[in-house]
Amino acid sequence: MAGPRLDLVRSGCRHRTDELEIGDGQRHDRCDARRRRRGPAKPGVTSLYRVDQPPRHRRSVLLEQLGEFGLDNYLWLTEDPLYLNAYVSSVVIAAISTLLALLVGYPIAYGMARAPAALRPILLMLVILPFWTSFLIRVYAWIGILKPEGLLNQLLLGLGLIDVPLVILNTHSAIFIGIVYSYLPFMVLPLYSSLEKMDHSLIEAAQDLGCRPAGAFWKITFPLSLPGVIAGSMLVFIPAVGEFVIPDLLGGSQTLMIGKTLWNEFFANRDWPVSSAVAVILLLLLIVPIMFFQSAQARAREEGR
Amino acid sequence: MIAGWSRFNVVSVVLGFAFLYLPIVLLVVFSFNESRLVTVWGGFSTKWYVSLFSNQGLMDAAWVTARVAVISATVATVLGTMAALVLTRHTRFRGRILFSGMVFAPLVMPEVITGLSLLLLFVAVGLDRGFLTVTLAHVTFSMCFVAVVVQSRLVTFDRSLEEAAMDLGAPPVTTFFQITLPVIAPAIVSGWLLAFTLSLDDLVIASFTSGPGATTLPMKIYSQVRLGVTPEINAVSTLMIGLVAGGVIAASIVNKRRAVQRARDEQAAERG
Repeated sequence: MAGPRLDLVRSGCRHRTDELEIGDGQRHDRCDARRRRRGPAKPGVTSLYRVDQPPRHRRSVLLEQLGEFGLDNYLWLTEDPLYLNAYVSSVVIAAISTLLALLVGYPIAYGMARAPAALRPILLMLVILPFWTSFLIRVYAWIGILKPEGLLNQLLLGLGLIDVPLVILNTHSAIFIGIVYSYLPFMVLPLYSSLEKMDHSLIEAAQDLGCRPAGAFWKITFPLSLPGVIAGSMLVFIPAVGEFVIPDLLGGSQTLMIGKTLWNEFFANRDWPVSSAVAVILLLLLIVPIMFFQSAQARAREEGR
Repeated sequence: MIAGWSRFNVVSVVLGFAFLYLPIVLLVVFSFNESRLVTVWGGFSTKWYVSLFSNQGLMDAAWVTARVAVISATVATVLGTMAALVLTRHTRFRGRILFSGMVFAPLVMPEVITGLSLLLLFVAVGLDRGFLTVTLAHVTFSMCFVAVVVQSRLVTFDRSLEEAAMDLGAPPVTTFFQITLPVIAPAIVSGWLLAFTLSLDDLVIASFTSGPGATTLPMKIYSQVRLGVTPEINAVSTLMIGLVAGGVIAASIVNKRRAVQRARDEQAAERG
């Protein structure tokens, strides 16, 4: 049992270095450490490592896995700073993207809410429509725009605004653009629904009483739209933390995000137990914002009645 | 309210929609590009569409995706409607909060978690990965979207209609099929469409739960995209966008016509 398993682990390691293209020496150390630590025998797991083949001992897999019950995989996550860094960087990237999406989405939602009533259903439909087109395709479209010889750089070079092509693809900026773009409808829709309900005479009253437009916005409009701000931010933040497609296609190999780590752990490294542990921790990380979102939604529903 | 539609509002809406639509428009435009270079315009051509249809791998994947989407959307619609009915009609039962939480959690759950956990489930129960597992996985995650759509319609449903039918002697099953179902039908249709497009789009969950011979179109596109941007992928993307946009527009026309018809019926009933 030990032989094939070691081979598989080793091939997994090689695969991983190909995939990640960073500091291979270091990466090999990691794999070696893992192999040493895990030791040779983990019966039943072998069959799980072959993703392209049906498992050989199907029925017994679960029982044998349970026989090996332990916290090894979680200890492994704490031993390697890679995972902690990935969690932290995912949360940071998701938080920045959510803030940017709010900054971009708020004026759009506000403009829609103030639009003539006849125009609003059409605008609403136009916001929802991109959501129906494939997520993967929308992210893919940005590769052609952002790459060094891409459309954005051609435009900027043509206009004479820059002399050297900007490097955007494979940086964090590309991830921010990708997340803001993909999740913008999720931000705009709740914002719009809370802004549309707002009674505009409140603003007029404030201005009549001598409040400046900016003051009226911060004292009246923004607080009243807060349910929409919370709902929109949660709808962007929660899925963005575990995002895989955007960091993988736009962020390049240098980006560290937990969705990507989990994917590599699973598909490149073929380590199912560790990727499951990564998923469980991610779930625990997200359970607080999810509960917060659910209760905010429930409260909004109660108030609506 | 027109007075409130200031220049700032107009500009922000226009810029916002430009941001939302420009990438898609560029993608569609460059699918008709003669040149192999995706970012240099070399004249109009449909040759990428021709080469697309002779790409057997891509065609097989498209066929698998279409079957998975139709089957999973149909099953998800039935289950999602049932869940929505339970959640709106039975406001008190043991474990309701847990049940509603479980129905709605996949809405915001990162796809990698859903995909991995479903895969582990399939392995644990000994299902071979392939067409069946992808379909089941898609049913699981698109069901909750159907439930949300149908539930929002059921909340505004006038239950006195059902009571009237039952007072007139209709058994509950007949009442459901004669009264309830026709009223919530638009929501069920849009739920089905949503489930269908979600299944059509899904890469992450399909990658986890798929097996040999069940490669879906997004999986195929993804593996090609990683190798670089090609006009062929632009062409296949354009076809998918066109298909979905056509479906959505057709559905909204049908909905609108039905609403007009209903308004006319109501007027007739009032006069009659």
